[in-house]
Amino acid sequence: MPEIRLAQPTGAPPRSPRRHLLSISDLERSDVERILDTARALAGSLDRDVKKLPTLRGRTVVNLFYESSTRTSSSFELAAKRLSADTMSLRSSGSSVDKGESLKDTALTLAAYDPDVIVIRHPSIGAPQLVARLTGAHVVNAGDGKHQHPTQALLDLFTMRETLGRLAGLHVAIVGDVLHSRVARSLVEALALVGARSTLVGPPTLMPRGVETLGCVVTHDMDALGDADVVYVLRMQRERMGPGAAFVPSLREYAARWGITPERVRPGQVVMHPGPMNRGVEIDPRVADSAASRITTQVRSGLVVRMAVLYDLLTTGPVAVSTVVETHPPLEVA
Amino acid sequence: MLVWAGGEPASTVLQGRVVDPGEGIDETLTVTVEDGSIVRLEPGGDGRLLLAPAFVDPHVHLRTPGREDEETVASGTAAAAAGGYCAILAMPNTDPVVDSAAVLGSLLELAREEADVPTGFFAAISKGQRGEELTEMGELADAGAVGFTDDGRPVVSAGLLRRALQYAAITGLVLALHEEEPTLSRDGHMHEGAVSARLGFTGWPAVAESLMVGRDLALAAYEDKPVHVMHVSALESVEAIRRARADGVPATAEVTPHHLCLTDDAVLSLDPNRKMNPPVRSEEHRQALLDGLRDGTLSCIATDHAPHARHEKDAPFEEAPFGVTGLETAFAALNTYLVRPGVVPLPTVLERMSAGPSRAFGLPLPRIAIGERANIVVVDPDSEWMVTEDGFRSRSVNSWLLGATLTGRVVRTLADGREVFSR
Repeated sequence: MPEIRLAQPTGAPPRSPRRHLLSISDLERSDVERILDTARALAGSLDRDVKKLPTLRGRTVVNLFYESSTRTSSSFELAAKRLSADTMSLRSSGSSVDKGESLKDTALTLAAYDPDVIVIRHPSIGAPQLVARLTGAHVVNAGDGKHQHPTQALLDLFTMRETLGRLAGLHVAIVGDVLHSRVARSLVEALALVGARSTLVGPPTLMPRGVETLGCVVTHDMDALGDADVVYVLRMQRERMGPGAAFVPSLREYAARWGITPERVRPGQVVMHPGPMNRGVEIDPRVADSAASRITTQVRSGLVVRMAVLYDLLTTGPVAVSTVVETHPPLEVA
Repeated sequence: MLVWAGGEPASTVLQGRVVDPGEGIDETLTVTVEDGSIVRLEPGGDGRLLLAPAFVDPHVHLRTPGREDEETVASGTAAAAAGGYCAILAMPNTDPVVDSAAVLGSLLELAREEADVPTGFFAAISKGQRGEELTEMGELADAGAVGFTDDGRPVVSAGLLRRALQYAAITGLVLALHEEEPTLSRDGHMHEGAVSARLGFTGWPAVAESLMVGRDLALAAYEDKPVHVMHVSALESVEAIRRARADGVPATAEVTPHHLCLTDDAVLSLDPNRKMNPPVRSEEHRQALLDGLRDGTLSCIATDHAPHARHEKDAPFEEAPFGVTGLETAFAALNTYLVRPGVVPLPTVLERMSAGPSRAFGLPLPRIAIGERANIVVVDPDSEWMVTEDGFRSRSVNSWLLGATLTGRVVRTLADGREVFSR
């Protein structure tokens, strides 16, 4: 079993280039590569009997979730715990939010405890930016409305790199409801950053006008999947089918035209989905459970990538105080 | 009807570069004001300051009655005086809506007590601005309304708007129109385009405005009745208004400083003070607005001064209300971003801020001429100043310019012969 050793840097102590992780568009390629490399190193810890690292001992990570979430909230919490940080998780239901407390006041209340990191998921675009303005904590966007979900994009890149061995030159077809998808927006930007191509495939009513300016090809034609290395399936949200908001005529027609069936997956292609899945709508269960699927790998990647993100912000950030020797990057697996 | 608290008529001597496009003046003059009237214009004097006809803002939200925490007649008109305005027109989308002579009467009474500059009040086109039944336009006009508008909301029903055009003819007042097709703009938070695609916002597309502008110009042409198109934001709207005016339709239109100076790139910061309705659009649209301003298709600059409580703007962009303040920064912003870089000539900006809106609503024209009441703004054209929260007379600080350094500052305002502001 490999020992995980956290090496001392040479020369001057590192200064973080990033104080927050709010949007993929705030990152440069080198940031992405550094985070993925850190995640790679941390992945080794998952195979050990004792999975906990002392890296963030004494740090506090607050998870503030205003929307339901299974994998994002659980993996952030576990990521912080695996790095020995103290964690506190708040949900909007059952908290002062139920009593009408504003995001500003909730943020200021939590900031009074001097947390090192606030991880926030919120239904409104711009909520993480507000918390970043109001508090001294590092803020990680765990999804804000239809805007961004940067750690999802990073874990998807990590999954692709681990599966296919590279990112540059890959072609990723992103299929489904792009209009309402923060995952798609983050992923397209992240793929462009690392030199991969993306094609958005789906009903024209679910494609945001102007999205091609993000550096992707847009089509409604499923034949575009043939050339892809990765078929990335987006969740078709049932709430988009309500009266007055009928973006497609029916889920039945959607599944027939854009659902990922075994016939639509070429041998050698990898299928990914950010979850939660609507089996039988955007993805056929036979595909979801096939060897081509990397959906559970994505969940596992989520843990190490979120560990890497916390590590990256806290060990090189401007507020980093190295009381623990092990808190210096870069990580090396000896 | 414009009303205000008034005061002692001023007697003073002003010197500076006088620019009054309507009078064809652009020269250094000494202007003598006695008992509130201009009595002498003499060549020469210190030409460092700029003197121009004071501004008229046809689109201000005074938030009274109902949201006096955001603005009052006193604070809003004090802000107007500090911005160089000698007259403003207030919107009726208050709580309660100005849709009855009783509400209008109480506002006029209040303005007589506490307005720092002459103030007019619009009444609503429809009761409660619900877009269902016409207000009692005859009685409202008799009570002193300056025009009719459902601003804040479009008149969704073409049939109701047609009736309003027909019926308002008995009053001689203009209908001012907020143009927005609600099924196209629904849930929209910003201009639909590359930036909204990046940020994930539901777009408020340009076509949601231009479609209604086209409809309403067609109705105005058919009925041959005047309309005023408010806060124009889209290229296609400018083109439609230009065509209609060329065809003889009695249409005027206004544009705001923020639509002239900003593009949707400004929203990338997710600063709620960049959220307004209609939204700022892409550069192509902005250029069309500038063309419209230069050629007079857009004959009015209006601030759409929209104060909002601090705690309501201190929210994620998506939850924040639409609107920004503008009275105290309008001239400085236009001077900084358009006049000084040579984008729009100074006389054009001055004309569109004063004579243009006065003509559109049949108000007395501020003129720098012997025998006229003194309606004069004095500007220090080289003064650099930073826009900060503590610098406003408005009760609200939701300015799109917070933190910006502007060049050119109003230092003195004379309205209807009274000095209403001096710095």
